[in-house]
Amino acid sequence: MDRGMTGTPYWEPLFRGYEPARRWLAKLAPDVAIIVYNDHASAFSLQIIPTFLIGVAGKFPVADEGFGPRPVPDVMGHPALAWHLAESLILDEFDMTIANEMPVDHGLTVPLSVTCGQMTAWPFPVIPLCVNVVQYPPPTGARCYKLGMAIRRAVEEFDQDLRVVIYGTGGMSHQLQGERAGLINRQFDTAFLDGMTRDPPALARISHTEYMREAGSEGVEMVMWHVMRGALDEHVAEVYRHYHVPASNTAAGLLILENRGAP
Amino acid sequence: MTTPRDYESIPGTYVYDAERGRVGYALNMFCMSLNKAENRKSFKENAAAYLEGFALTPEQRRTVLERDWLGMLRVGGNIYYTIKIAFCDGLTFQDVAGMMSGVSKEAYAQMMLAGGRSADGNRYKNPNPAETKLG
Repeated sequence: MDRGMTGTPYWEPLFRGYEPARRWLAKLAPDVAIIVYNDHASAFSLQIIPTFLIGVAGKFPVADEGFGPRPVPDVMGHPALAWHLAESLILDEFDMTIANEMPVDHGLTVPLSVTCGQMTAWPFPVIPLCVNVVQYPPPTGARCYKLGMAIRRAVEEFDQDLRVVIYGTGGMSHQLQGERAGLINRQFDTAFLDGMTRDPPALARISHTEYMREAGSEGVEMVMWHVMRGALDEHVAEVYRHYHVPASNTAAGLLILENRGAP
Repeated sequence: MTTPRDYESIPGTYVYDAERGRVGYALNMFCMSLNKAENRKSFKENAAAYLEGFALTPEQRRTVLERDWLGMLRVGGNIYYTIKIAFCDGLTFQDVAGMMSGVSKEAYAQMMLAGGRSADGNRYKNPNPAETKLG
């Protein structure tokens, strides 16, 4: 998108598949988005490694990842809801790290670009929920799922009636390192997408080793999707799915889920 | 930590666990310093002198100066960090992935276009007959 290449033969099928998602999101018009993602040695180094971190700032600058910042707008936050989430989650016995200042890298801004298109300003504020997947071990799928459930409880207790969308990002199958670089596993990814509606708690029990063996060392990022899934109803409708290989070095998958009780 | 972990049976994969984290911290923090333009400039001007500022082992130093991408992983480098050296060199993930997997950049790109590297035959270091690559 940043180089105006979405119409080229390589990229066109990938981006065409995002159009229905953009229409769905524009129609939903959320008041705020919680984006569960991982940093890639941009905002955070190995100096301090938070497992779960929530950004409570009013604004998050776009990170310089070595080429200058991505040419996208800075991300506005939602301090009122973010602070409420931080307090609620800690009292609900999830040990959150709180960030008052942080940049956001492509892990957060690319999902925004993909679902919103090219913008001069993002259409809604964002609460970054940053998960460690760089230093093994990341939190377990089960833990992520439970955190999602706690986020749901916290959002429902908030004193404003907000329309909240939650993004689970990461993956899909890919491996960027070692002799096995380039690994893609369509079967695993498809089963994972299916499992999000078929049996979410079982999906959340996939071990880190299974992700890494089947979906590549970097495929372990998919564990973050369970935060999103835990925040939704037990029963959801899959309203859209898009899957495409390759997107640079990864398999790109997108799933839209709606709570069964949603209007 | 002497008991092999279950993920150690995954071929061509260097999981950045506690052991690698302990061994690789200085190497990865050197890589992190390349986030800043002025540091990239210093490193490009005199790599050996720049590395003096970091507590690297002789082997870690060698892997950086020789751009031994696989070697870096073996001495505790994490790919998200070591790739910053490649970016500084004007290389991409695909360039480095090709080098790590022993093929040209073009061959690697072709492989990705064709659907990527299959998991078949690539799940275990010592595959049993059922795991041998098909076709």
